[in-house]
Amino acid sequence: MTAPAPALRLRDLAVAHGGRALFTGLDLTLPAGVFSVLLGSSGVGKTSLLRVIAGLDRPAAGTVAADDGARLAGRVAWMGQRDLLQPWARVIDNVMLGDRLRGRRPDRDRAAELLRRMGLADRLTALPAELSGGMRQRVALARTLYEDRPVVLMDEPFSALDSVTRARMQDLAAETLHGRTVVLITHDPLEACRLGQEILLMAGDPVRVAGIAVPEGAVPRPADEESVLHAQGVLLRRMLDAAGP
Amino acid sequence: MSMRRIAGRLGRPVGTLCGLGLLWWGIVRLGGVPPYLLPPPGAVGRALWAQRGLLAGAAGTTLLETGLGLLLGTLGGGVLALLMMASAPVRRWMMPLVLLSQAVPVFALAPLLVLWFGFGIASKVVMAVLVIFFPITSSFFDGLRRTPPGWLDLARSMDARPGLVLLRLRLPAALPAFASGLRVAAAIAPLGAVVGEWVGASSGLGFLMQTANTRFETDLMFAALLVLATMTVLLWWGVDRALARMLYWVPDDRSD
Repeated sequence: MTAPAPALRLRDLAVAHGGRALFTGLDLTLPAGVFSVLLGSSGVGKTSLLRVIAGLDRPAAGTVAADDGARLAGRVAWMGQRDLLQPWARVIDNVMLGDRLRGRRPDRDRAAELLRRMGLADRLTALPAELSGGMRQRVALARTLYEDRPVVLMDEPFSALDSVTRARMQDLAAETLHGRTVVLITHDPLEACRLGQEILLMAGDPVRVAGIAVPEGAVPRPADEESVLHAQGVLLRRMLDAAGP
Repeated sequence: MSMRRIAGRLGRPVGTLCGLGLLWWGIVRLGGVPPYLLPPPGAVGRALWAQRGLLAGAAGTTLLETGLGLLLGTLGGGVLALLMMASAPVRRWMMPLVLLSQAVPVFALAPLLVLWFGFGIASKVVMAVLVIFFPITSSFFDGLRRTPPGWLDLARSMDARPGLVLLRLRLPAALPAFASGLRVAAAIAPLGAVVGEWVGASSGLGFLMQTANTRFETDLMFAALLVLATMTVLLWWGVDRALARMLYWVPDDRSD
């Protein structure tokens, strides 16, 4: 990785969606170089918050900044819920999309190397339609890594995958995104406990963000470890309580 | 493709044509319609064979006009749609003109265009261009505007250049819509050319139909009509298949 990963400072942040205020006065620091996992029920504003951090939407009030003082713009990669692959472009061209859209010379060797790490070395020239859902998501991850940004924002990237594929994607993400400032949205407590080095629960009205105790051990944590299972249970209980009767 | 599938695929249109021919023959035979009003299928068939040279020449002219009109209209409409997408002033100024090209009936314009562009093929090409300009431009422009927002978000997060987003994201994403417009254009472009020929020309199927009509050679007129219809169907089919091949990523579920 080229640039050191900064922490993200959210100050007095207010976010609205479709004219409705989702939350106001949010103060939060997302630590540098680790996975911060953001949980919460649907509609609580996780996606809107991530879009504001990504610079795709403007906050109603407040600021999002990097703690190293440099501008955040141009240092953030964003991975959405859907793979957003271009159906007309071959797998390797999808990975190099960023350079093709910026008008820079694409780095074929690096794209091929990333796809090899994703276990897709033999599918470089395949079309997205020829791939399974898990493979497509791996291409999307390779495309995110190709951007080589110190901050990576992921919005439920694995939610549409089956459990086995999802677990493998979590391993792959933890391995390949190591050292970057990652913000991962999920609604899956197990995913949060496997990957989170900071676990944050968004809940309530008005919305509050609460830190949750993180299980010990390096990520990706094994799904069958006692501490992970316990934390997952505690987290689910907290989510149920937060959702109300 | 097996013989059986070919037979199955051809069976329906051939059956429809035979049915229509039979109905036609029945009306002439049982209704006692005089042949100068509605010639029997046999007479049309004979005219088709006897005047095959004349018909082929006329069809060639009409096909040339249609083809040139399609080419120029598609290029012009495509470029205009891209410009309208890229620039708001172009969009505001040109959209009413595009609409106007559809609102003014070509029949009303035809004599004027013949006056301006002469009796040769130029006025017919212009006519065909006018007829297809709206479906091409509006379908392509719609397609360019309706890029899935997720792709545009992704492009923004990548600090993409607007020109390249248009070229490498919006443009390919709009091609299926563009193809729909092009299919419509292929079906109606001959209409523009024939209307032009009808008003003033020295060759072409429209010209042939008009002269045959004034001479009460109804069988030749019907033969020309048949050639025109066949040509239009074949043109549409060719464009449709070519588009399906070029847009390889678009699901094309036509199992029958």
